Amino acid sequence: MTLSPSLSLAVPVEKSEAVCYHCRLPIDDGSGVQAVKFDDKVFCCEGCKTVFEILNANDLCAFYDLDQRPGISLKGRRQAHYAWLDEPDLRDKLLNFSDGKQSRTTFYLPQIHCASCLWLLENLYKLSPGIKSSKVNFLKKEVYITFANETVSLRQVVELLASIGYAPEINLGSLDQAVKKPVAKRLIYQLGLAGFAFGNIMLLSFPEYLGLDASDNWFRQLFGYLNILLATPVVFYSGGDYLKGAWHSLRTWSPGIDIPLALGITVLYARSVFEIITSTGGGYLDSLAGLVFFLLIGKWFQQVTYHRISFDRDYRSYFPVSATRILPGGGEEASSLDSLRAGDTILVRHGELIPADGILTKGNARVDYSFVTGEAEPVDRNLNEKLYAGGRQVAEAIEIVLTKKVSQSYLTQLWNDDTFKKEKLEGTSRLADQVSRWFTLIVLTVAFGTLAYWWPKDVQVAINAFTAVLIIACPCAAALNVPFTLGNAVRILARLGFYIKNTNVIEALHGVKTVVFDKTGTLTSSNGNGIAYLGETLTKTEQAGVSALARQSSHPLSRQLAALESQSGVKLAVENFEEKTGQGIEGRVGEDLLRLGSRSFILPGREENLSEEKKSGVYLEINGKPRGHFIFNHHYRQQVWDVLAWFRQRYKVFLLSGDNEGEQHYLAPKFGANGQGEKCLFFNQSPHDKLAFVKNLQSESQKVLMLGDGLNDAGALRQSDIGIAVSEDTNNFTPACDAILDARYFSKLPAFLAFAKKSIHVVYAGWALAVVYNVVGLSFATQGNLSPVVAAILMPLSSLTIVLFGTGLTTLLAPKMPKTLLPNHKP
Amino acid sequence: MKIIFVLIAVSLLVALGFLAAFIWAVKSGQYEDDYTPSIRMLFDDKPAPSSRSANPKIHSTDK
Repeated sequence: MTLSPSLSLAVPVEKSEAVCYHCRLPIDDGSGVQAVKFDDKVFCCEGCKTVFEILNANDLCAFYDLDQRPGISLKGRRQAHYAWLDEPDLRDKLLNFSDGKQSRTTFYLPQIHCASCLWLLENLYKLSPGIKSSKVNFLKKEVYITFANETVSLRQVVELLASIGYAPEINLGSLDQAVKKPVAKRLIYQLGLAGFAFGNIMLLSFPEYLGLDASDNWFRQLFGYLNILLATPVVFYSGGDYLKGAWHSLRTWSPGIDIPLALGITVLYARSVFEIITSTGGGYLDSLAGLVFFLLIGKWFQQVTYHRISFDRDYRSYFPVSATRILPGGGEEASSLDSLRAGDTILVRHGELIPADGILTKGNARVDYSFVTGEAEPVDRNLNEKLYAGGRQVAEAIEIVLTKKVSQSYLTQLWNDDTFKKEKLEGTSRLADQVSRWFTLIVLTVAFGTLAYWWPKDVQVAINAFTAVLIIACPCAAALNVPFTLGNAVRILARLGFYIKNTNVIEALHGVKTVVFDKTGTLTSSNGNGIAYLGETLTKTEQAGVSALARQSSHPLSRQLAALESQSGVKLAVENFEEKTGQGIEGRVGEDLLRLGSRSFILPGREENLSEEKKSGVYLEINGKPRGHFIFNHHYRQQVWDVLAWFRQRYKVFLLSGDNEGEQHYLAPKFGANGQGEKCLFFNQSPHDKLAFVKNLQSESQKVLMLGDGLNDAGALRQSDIGIAVSEDTNNFTPACDAILDARYFSKLPAFLAFAKKSIHVVYAGWALAVVYNVVGLSFATQGNLSPVVAAILMPLSSLTIVLFGTGLTTLLAPKMPKTLLPNHKP
Repeated sequence: MKIIFVLIAVSLLVALGFLAAFIWAVKSGQYEDDYTPSIRMLFDDKPAPSSRSANPKIHSTDK
């Protein structure tokens, strides 16, 4: 093992399982990455193998032949694929920075999964002299590459990456993202400064707490002024956002929690400065710095960030950057999607996406629209028929004459709707704002009441008591309640596989009355594994024969069987085809006579005590010999009907499907008894229909929660009060939404939502606690004897207990899931 | 007791030093990726291949 970098120390070798020769991780780690074999050794990924190759070559000082690698024949195609990277317009959009000599770019490499990937990618400079440096962010699966423009082009960098197995994922959306927004570091600076000042002010306030002799008045003065020096940037820089927020609230007359906070901060600061300058007291600057520090921690805790999960993707993240344009004079050219015009002819190969609406002019189109329209089955289109953008061609290469630009196509027009221009669930917590409206009112009443009570007796005490009320009533604890309680709830749910955009989404759950489901991809699983085969193993040819035979029939089960093998692309001819209605089909494929059908069709007279499953299976016979049977599981998700029943008990439920009515009779009883279910089902819904449906519900002032998955749901998800996207792979494309549910945990959704609602109740309880503290504090304050020590103890104490109460209770209430079922967060 | 002025000045300077170090750390991006360095430190710094011609095939892919 001298060849690999010293990784064997880092990762324990698991016995009995096949492990990668290089990175020593189990080859089958459930991530679906294909094992790579080379030189009698097995590798978990191309990266590991390539590293092995390179090291092998260097250590042995011998050449090795890269061309022996399987798959190298694809290289030519790939190079054509990246030709568009030579176009200056597109290239520049992918660069983060360029000064003419050196350029920096960022690529998303979904293949990154092990330590060797990291090692190889950070040693890219050894493979190409033009690459100056490369740095990997492992969790984001990104690589930042700096290269010299004169030596190597962006296209060559991408091709190098592709040749070692790390083809970057570049989509139309990447073009918009290359110029990166600076990471929000302001909050961290504010927090750092507040923490620094808090600690030092506490130290300098010690003499004040302990009580110094009159002879040490000197120090008192000096420490006081130093405290002012330290506290001033805390108020105006660290706490500046609260002051600004309050000013904004006042001007727009929308009372929020910022107003009492800003009031507390300013009064604390003003009174402290006054006391120190007039030598009448020590002030409350330690409380002030602590207050701002805790508030900022709350703000920071509330910001939950996820790696590689994005809540604001649009169709551009799903579309490729370029398409193959066929030039009028013959020949092909890679051109960017944005440059395609109506009238252009483009070539769409197997597995490629149709980028814009057009007319089919060559080849047989078999288009999978499931992600766009929700139709489960690929559709066949003939010459001169219209093809809509967003579908994936699953048969041979076709040619299309475009009738629309990419951004003007039927599907992409959805994003021009006003729905996408509004901000949604951003900004401050609505719950906290509502409460603080009352809170502010009460505090001001008490403060002025105190002022009015004391004024005739003693003006000095009156002012003291008045400011003390405003200081003690500053809702620090209340302001920390929402960030910590809901922030913790969001974190807990993320650990369980339910990723929520921000804490406002949890609040928005309150008052939801209607739940709208999408069918394909949401209630059903988009993995085509609804069919299981039991019996003697079939050869490749036999499998192809089965699908060829099944393709001849229009029976729903035959259609599903036919779809099984449609990817292979091999089409076998079927002779002597015969369909016996209600029984089965038979036909000759090549040498073999195949028969497919019900049990009685293949094995007549052997009806025994069989399970319902076996009775309903499709049986296969080849050349007179029964071989086995196919079982059709409904491809609905596990426990989907339990989930639906849970929702039906609590909400009005609707189904909006882009699919046809085929499953209406099956679905209707699930959505309502006594024929009521029919009214909740809507089929053949276009993306625009779905959006309109949600809008319509909302116009009847119903709050809507929508569950969807694909581009066709994008409008409805965005329009609904809460849009939840169900995703098989959270790294992959999900439409813009407020929360993403890992599809494996679909059955847990009721538990997740119930927990989210409970966490709102925890927030209420937290406020009750905060009120108790405020009453205690106010009883000191209204009497005019709030000492700095009491303030210094009471404020952190109340904040701390609220934080512990909120996070502790939400952790206790969290849905329980066995560890083995948790999403695998192993990077 | 005059020494206390010196001590306070020194302690504040030290604290300011740490604040500056913190700001520098944030600025240089150390808080943006706190996972990758934990893997990176496992690699030995191998000497770069003595000559690029040792692996001409890879070299040629980016020509």
